[in-house]
Amino acid sequence: MADIAMQPRTAKRQIREATAWDQLRTNHNWLGFWFMLPAMAFLIFFLAYPLGLGVWISFTDAKIGRPGEFIGTENYEWLWGDSIFWLSVFNTLLYTFIASAIKFGIGLYLALLLNENMPFKAMLRALVLIPFIVPTVLSALAFWWIFDSQFSIISWSLKQMGVITENINFLGDVTWARVCVIFANIWRGVPFVAITLLAGLQTVQPSLYEAATLDGASKWEMFRFITYPLLTPIIAVVMTFSVLFTFTDFQLIWAMTRGGPVNATHLMATLSYQRAIIAGQLGEGAAISSAMIPFLLAAIMVSWFGLQRRKWQQGENND
Amino acid sequence: MQDFTRRTLLQGGTALAATGALTGSALFDFAKAWAQSAPWKAEKGAKLTVMRWRRFVPAEDDAFNAMVAAFKAATGTEMNVFSESFEDVQPKAAVAANTGSGLDLAWGLHTLPQLFPSQVLQMNDVADYLGKKYGGWTDAAAVTCKQGNNWLGIPVATIGGYMTYRKSSVEKAGFKDFPKDFPGFLEMCKALKKNNTPAGFPLGHASGDANAWLHWILWGHGAYTVDKDNKVVINSPETVKALEYCKALSDTFIPGVASWNDSSNNKAYLSGELHCTANGISIYVAAKDDASKKELTEDTYHALWPVGPIGKPTELQLCVPILAFKFTKYPNAAKAFVAFMLEKENYDKWLTGARGYLTHTLNAYDNSPVWTADPKNQVFSQASKRALPASGVGTPGEKAATAIADFLVVDMFANYCTGREDAKGAIAVTERQLKRIYR
Repeated sequence: MADIAMQPRTAKRQIREATAWDQLRTNHNWLGFWFMLPAMAFLIFFLAYPLGLGVWISFTDAKIGRPGEFIGTENYEWLWGDSIFWLSVFNTLLYTFIASAIKFGIGLYLALLLNENMPFKAMLRALVLIPFIVPTVLSALAFWWIFDSQFSIISWSLKQMGVITENINFLGDVTWARVCVIFANIWRGVPFVAITLLAGLQTVQPSLYEAATLDGASKWEMFRFITYPLLTPIIAVVMTFSVLFTFTDFQLIWAMTRGGPVNATHLMATLSYQRAIIAGQLGEGAAISSAMIPFLLAAIMVSWFGLQRRKWQQGENND
Repeated sequence: MQDFTRRTLLQGGTALAATGALTGSALFDFAKAWAQSAPWKAEKGAKLTVMRWRRFVPAEDDAFNAMVAAFKAATGTEMNVFSESFEDVQPKAAVAANTGSGLDLAWGLHTLPQLFPSQVLQMNDVADYLGKKYGGWTDAAAVTCKQGNNWLGIPVATIGGYMTYRKSSVEKAGFKDFPKDFPGFLEMCKALKKNNTPAGFPLGHASGDANAWLHWILWGHGAYTVDKDNKVVINSPETVKALEYCKALSDTFIPGVASWNDSSNNKAYLSGELHCTANGISIYVAAKDDASKKELTEDTYHALWPVGPIGKPTELQLCVPILAFKFTKYPNAAKAFVAFMLEKENYDKWLTGARGYLTHTLNAYDNSPVWTADPKNQVFSQASKRALPASGVGTPGEKAATAIADFLVVDMFANYCTGREDAKGAIAVTERQLKRIYR
């Protein structure tokens, strides 16, 4: 065996032209492509293909269990005149805007608070995560009971205290229902914002604060000119994710209101599900969810281009 | 041969023991005798995959499984039964119909066989056999499964929904008997509210309960989503009258009905806050099973839906038809199983197990023991006779099913009753959606 291995191999090899295949095999640029291929196939198969299929279905009249025929933009034209669809768009924007803004406010406040030195710091930080850990459906069901029209603990307590005489119609009144689902979403979303911002806060070098203290900066000035500028890239990422999650929320709404009362809390995601899966109109449902894409793209663009700007990365006056 | 039979017998016995249901040997003896004389002989080595809706009453499931086990033992057919929630039955059956595989039998809701009439095995012989033997089918049940003269499936039963009320409260409101017409019913609800013992019916997206009572009001006024030629006729003076009546009614309801789902009225009634609603028999059954609710149980009665201005019952009841797919390899086994389920020896016990939740569709079962075992069950025995199919007067089928599932009628009433839209606006939105579905 050893003798064979020792024989010089080069002597036997014949010189020949490099074929296209050889180039593909050994060229470094192509090599990079080959290494990327598995990941790309993964992304195409699990992300691009379903997305493309969804968009395609939205141009057909497909029903559940039956492939549809191409009908052009008929679904979209119909939705354009559908008041329930526009109501769901309005609800989604309202829901996303209010919930994200409040989540950011509370999250940032909590992060700053948790960044301070205080007793039981580690435990408190862990506790903040609880709403995020509880499965969404479970917390939604809990909120459904908390806001029940007959058995709400809030109504009950207020009644016992003599503040009100009638139950509050939490999920049966349009305004109340919106407040309730937004509240539930905030409760669930705050930990994500808080913990991520906290991670960002900890990357800020303490020496900066020390220097500022020596210069006689106030607490507010330290936040405004040190913390905030250094935190901006993280804020951009966190808020993009937060907006995406909120915009596409489904579980909370479905478990709490099913889009009611009178469609006042129907989001585009829940309406899409109701039309596509429950009522079987796959094409129309796909059109509703495809209509979410421009909004989501816009949210991503904001952070994408924002992140590339030095102003966002390194503070205000450093363009 | 002898040996084979004995072994099957043993298998049957263990299968029954496993399901822990009815007296094994009696049922099996019947099954064996039946299998020998039945018009359909299961194919050798037959295998049936059956999808059914997920049960509400455990005893009903037990009775069903006992039948399955007995059928399996008597015919040697391998049975694979699985349950799906109400919402998933129709999509899964539709997928099976269009891929031509996966299921042999599907036991579903409303007018399931009408959704893919070309994919089902026609059951004319089974329907004739059972109809002749058991006093004929009720008209309302037959409509859900018949296309022309052909039976696309067999209407196994109806899940009835009826008025459930507290007798003491209704009497205190000045009504010795439950009202039988719309004006009387409105008066009663007003009086109930005044006494602080309110009625309540869901205006939220409650697929079963909200659709049931709102279609009852719509149809009771002679208004329909579509006419018998499937032309959209929702925009009519009758619909306006139905909306106005419903608004007057909903003003008397317990607060919060706009947020109610299918379980809300059950909870509110059982807690004693709600004194009249419409529901399946489940409220009463739950009260009966709860020792601490003895008083509530005794005070709870059922009544037929009052009859509207058009002068005949207009109830939307939930029919549960079974169908076999055309592509099944074992059509005879499938037919035999369906017929077997509805034979008296099985069906009476099954109805009893369901405790009033299921109503028969064959006239001979009017005297089934379940209806006399508890006199309060009796009202539910009429569910298969007083119902209109989900399509109202239109053709039963996919379009009607879509309209129901997308809550078109429910949203129309809810929009008007909560003051979000005026009558014209509420009807216009619904009309536009209906026209798209029925295009």
